[in-house]
Amino acid sequence: MLEVMHVSKTFNKGTINEKRALIDVSLTMESGEFVTVIGGNGAGKSTLLNAVAGSWPVDEGAILVDGVNITGMPEYKRAPMIGRVFQDPMIGTAPNMELQENLALAYRRGQKRTLRWGITAKEKEMYRERLATLNLGLEERMTTQVGLLSGGQRQAVTLLMAALQRPKLLLLDEHTAALDPKTAEKVLAFSDRIVKEYSLTTLMITHNMTDAIEHGTRLIMMDGGEIVFDIKGEDKIHLRKEDLISRYKI
Amino acid sequence: MSLTSFTAAISIGNLISRLPSGVSQGIIWGIMALGVYVTFRLLDIADLSVDGTFTTGAAVTVMLTLAGVPSWAATLAAIVAGLAAGCITGLLHTKLGIPAILAGILVQFALYTVNLRIMGMAANKSINPDQFRLVLTMRNVPVAILVGGVIALVVILLMYWYFGTEQGSAIRATGSSPQMSRALGINTGTMKIIGLALSNGLVALAGGLMAQYQGYSDINMGRGAIVIGLAAVIIGEGIFDAIFRKGANFIAKLAFVILGGILYYIIMIIILWLKLDPNDLKLFTALIVAIFLAVPYIKKMTGESFGKAGKLSLKWLKNKTQD
Repeated sequence: MLEVMHVSKTFNKGTINEKRALIDVSLTMESGEFVTVIGGNGAGKSTLLNAVAGSWPVDEGAILVDGVNITGMPEYKRAPMIGRVFQDPMIGTAPNMELQENLALAYRRGQKRTLRWGITAKEKEMYRERLATLNLGLEERMTTQVGLLSGGQRQAVTLLMAALQRPKLLLLDEHTAALDPKTAEKVLAFSDRIVKEYSLTTLMITHNMTDAIEHGTRLIMMDGGEIVFDIKGEDKIHLRKEDLISRYKI
Repeated sequence: MSLTSFTAAISIGNLISRLPSGVSQGIIWGIMALGVYVTFRLLDIADLSVDGTFTTGAAVTVMLTLAGVPSWAATLAAIVAGLAAGCITGLLHTKLGIPAILAGILVQFALYTVNLRIMGMAANKSINPDQFRLVLTMRNVPVAILVGGVIALVVILLMYWYFGTEQGSAIRATGSSPQMSRALGINTGTMKIIGLALSNGLVALAGGLMAQYQGYSDINMGRGAIVIGLAAVIIGEGIFDAIFRKGANFIAKLAFVILGGILYYIIMIIILWLKLDPNDLKLFTALIVAIFLAVPYIKKMTGESFGKAGKLSLKWLKNKTQD
């Protein structure tokens, strides 16, 4: 599904601030796999996710989704394949636009934006149904400006938007880090549900070891721009926090 | 001037007789303000190229009309010139990484030369309404109001349609959250270029209409256009919010921008009627815009100030030590 092949990225090359963020990283994800990525600050986990999303071009290596080489595509061209939820709840949605308009934008992810009307009556019905599954009462606030919703609500909406047009790959970039613990738990539970419901191949970054262990089917740990630990299946199920902590100290 | 002659000069009748001309000019500036609305409100960019494109629109319209092109066609050509100038601002910003505000200033600066060239190196060019059939002219103010109003209405309807389409929504999304837009497959650079082009097209249209209305184009007629446009947008929005409280639909918002332009001009006429020096108008306009721009911030800050918090804390500490 996702193949990251020998990818390297160095920031501020040739300056005093040079930072080798990814060093010859390779990662192959099977279809339907839910990978959680853990690591300290500067370990390279966000860099890995941004490399896949296309925030900037990589220095070396190749990235393939379903056999298609996306290495040379800017972010907006990768959008048909990739759904993304950001760490900052404020940037995953357009605050000055109505809730239903946001969903309509996401429903057209990766499609050409034509001169047809931006939202249809039929779609609105579908959005209402999808919003109802969030159990946040948002189906009654379809014309509310998204900027008026709370961070947790907005993050839930962003998740819904990412899945509205089923992506080949879902990227979750520490998407609960800015939320309070209770809301974070809810959003994580909803993430699990959406991943299952649409059987999405998912890459989730987190700072929280417990979350990384409890969610997903595979866990990788990064350090110094490299993958240092990769565990799945039975081993992942039996993994304990203590094992990871001892690993962190290598 | 003695007080009696002053009060005699500022008769109400005099004011009322000047109002229609204010309304017609206000409508034209309102159309210009709709262009400013596209960049300032929808794209979240303060585009200063409009000072140049307003004059460009005027120069193109006048020169083509003088060359024998029908004035309506000349006005359409002005729109095309504005679109092109806006594209250049957009390209400087998105392809060369120049901050939007500087890209606008550069284009505005460059357009001074371009506008002079268009007008054959003359600082102003006049068109005689007796010689040419113009779209509108100050010789016939009621018709000018009617024609201007119809053009404004068409512009509003077109904008309502376009910004409701998938492409128009993508432009609004780009202004609201560029990162989200890219993640949803929107080419934000292209959207900014389109938005800037459309905005400057509208501004050039207003410039072309203004030149016909007053009977000449002038190299300095666009100076400060951005401030007047902002004033119209802000006044219109202020009244809109006061009336509707909650957000109403887009069409009404656009109509209120035109109303903002008209009100701005009426305020200016009242100031002139009060025999204030016209040279003070720019200072006065800047003051109005500064005040209106500051209102949302001041509203937010009332009730929360460090000064107040500091005083309260002193009182609290004092009470505590007395306990």
